[in-house]
Amino acid sequence: MNPNKVFFGFFIVLALTLNFGFVVGEIDRPEHHHVYEFFAVIVVNVIATILKLGDRTQMGAVLLATSLVAVLQLLAGAVVWWAAIYVSDIGMTPTVTASIVSLASGAVLANVVSVVLLIVETVTVRR
Amino acid sequence: MDSVIFTVIRRMRFPLMALTIVYSIAVLGFTLIPAQDASGNPARMGFFDAFYFVSYTATTIGFGELPYPFTPAQRLWTIVCIYATVIVWIYSIGTLISLAQDAGFNRAVTRRRFRKRVRELTRPFYLVCGYGETGTALTRALIHRNRMAVVIDVDPQRISALKMENYQLFVPALCADAGVPTILREAGLKHDRCIGVVAVTDDNEINLKISITAKLLHKDITVYARSDSSDVEKNMESFETDNVVDPYETFALHLAIALEMPCQFLIHRWLSGLNIEKLEEPVYPPATGLWVICGFGRFGKAIYSRLKVEGVGVIVIEATPDRTGEPAEGCIKGRGTEAETLKDARIESAVALVAGTSDDTNNLSIVMTAKELNSRLFVVLRQNELVNQDIVDAVHADIVMHPSAIIANRIRVMMMVPLLREFIVLAKMQDNAWACELASRISALVGDEAPDVWEVCLKCSGLPGDRTDPVAVIRALTDKQTVRLGHLMYDPHKRHDKLRCLTLLLKSEHGSTFLPKPETALSVGDRILFCGSSAARDDMEWTLQNENILRYSMTGKSRSPQRIWKVLAHALGVRH
Repeated sequence: MNPNKVFFGFFIVLALTLNFGFVVGEIDRPEHHHVYEFFAVIVVNVIATILKLGDRTQMGAVLLATSLVAVLQLLAGAVVWWAAIYVSDIGMTPTVTASIVSLASGAVLANVVSVVLLIVETVTVRR
Repeated sequence: MDSVIFTVIRRMRFPLMALTIVYSIAVLGFTLIPAQDASGNPARMGFFDAFYFVSYTATTIGFGELPYPFTPAQRLWTIVCIYATVIVWIYSIGTLISLAQDAGFNRAVTRRRFRKRVRELTRPFYLVCGYGETGTALTRALIHRNRMAVVIDVDPQRISALKMENYQLFVPALCADAGVPTILREAGLKHDRCIGVVAVTDDNEINLKISITAKLLHKDITVYARSDSSDVEKNMESFETDNVVDPYETFALHLAIALEMPCQFLIHRWLSGLNIEKLEEPVYPPATGLWVICGFGRFGKAIYSRLKVEGVGVIVIEATPDRTGEPAEGCIKGRGTEAETLKDARIESAVALVAGTSDDTNNLSIVMTAKELNSRLFVVLRQNELVNQDIVDAVHADIVMHPSAIIANRIRVMMMVPLLREFIVLAKMQDNAWACELASRISALVGDEAPDVWEVCLKCSGLPGDRTDPVAVIRALTDKQTVRLGHLMYDPHKRHDKLRCLTLLLKSEHGSTFLPKPETALSVGDRILFCGSSAARDDMEWTLQNENILRYSMTGKSRSPQRIWKVLAHALGVRH
């Protein structure tokens, strides 16, 4: 068992599960989508991205790409959140919440791809 | 992608992770700790404010407590944050700095920069493998003639010597093993501007490998290789290495020519010598009498067989005949540095001595001992290392043989003036009297400065020896004007003066003309070999490149003014 792989797999799966947990709930109700959970999703996704840096293989490149997509989507969501509260003063209306959650759902998809790739890679290594 | 970027990213992975984790814990802490607004009401810090605060605190900028003055609990957390984040930053920056100092990383960076510079070369260049004495002399000659070169050598000291040289043109250099095909490729072997590969490392095997690699990877390229053994030479020629130079064979051949025809030898030396040399007097090696050869290595063997062909009596002295082999009639065992051995070889009655061991000190010692015994000896001295130049000069040998210089000279001639080889082949068929006459004509032209030899190519760009095309002459020829050889040899300033040069060879599609007459008409595609003073070469460049000067040379009429001046002159009523 390679402890590095445990670490790696842990963060990739955690990125997906947290992301999924944040998205679950009715899309336009702010009380279903907590800000701390969103923060955790961003942090774990950034860590997952850093873990994927510097891998020269084809698989590594695709994994990195999916993570970058997820992080970008989440950061876009964070910017919307920030703008709603600090810039325009409209607060967490159903429209704002819906757009944040839909961006985060996109990130879920990217994370799913990431996990699927991880599984594929694991399956192809026969040991 | 590049290994350099990957190395940086890989090494920065852990520091970046640490930064992310510490930052997120700090931010999270601030959002969780209860705060107070300006009027003392309980409040919470938002993620944005928290991230803003942590960002400027972690980078030690410290704007103060925002958005409201902090509570003691917040201040406590701030203390924790400051120490944690600042330490993580120092750690990250430290990792970057240690990476920059890492030897392996630096090598990767240098190689990457070298690759990039080679890739960006836009002018034709030569790839010089081995920057020893030969490589240095060749690179200097190339740069002197405004040609580009790329250098590879395995010895870092030689590469730094190259950097200290301060060439007029930038010479990309890499410290690496030229025997490795990847290195050769990175040095531009497959680059479409690479016109030649010069394999002059100290190692025969590596030269062989470079030649093979070059021929396999770039079919049209010209390969010049040094080979010190006939095995390797035959091997190289078997796969069509264009120009193999064996310094010992070359020298032995020259010596044989000098024995028979001193003037031939003189002309050969003048024309193929480096420009810095002074014009030398002819040497007359004795063709009859006894020759003593010390050292029966590659050099001794080459001279021995040539002398035998010439029918000269030879006695060989060799210290280790069981290792080097010995001539058919046997040899005298000894180093030749002591008087006894030399006396055994009948040095008192000999006419000439060849000090040809691979050790400079021994060679000098042989010469000095022998001269004491017989002061009228004709001395041929083999010089192995350039650093011994001063002491070699001091013994006043009649001919000094320096392998690196011979190789450098031959390769330089083949690269820069390919026609010269053809001329020399033709000259060899003439007799000595003819050669003596030519020698006196050359020395009348150039005085005691060494003659310069150059080739003018009427539209044959892409040839290894070409200079920039002589545009004016080519245009005149395509306009169906008759340009004669003599036209190029007028002084561009005063037409009644002739440049101090003479034409050695004209090569056209009809064949080669040996010493062509000035009346010969030129046509596009001709190649002409000139010999004369360096000043004449520079002056001729004017005639070749500038249409007005060419017209002046051809017709004697001063340059006709440009259209605008004609119009102006007309308007002002000025008359020519």
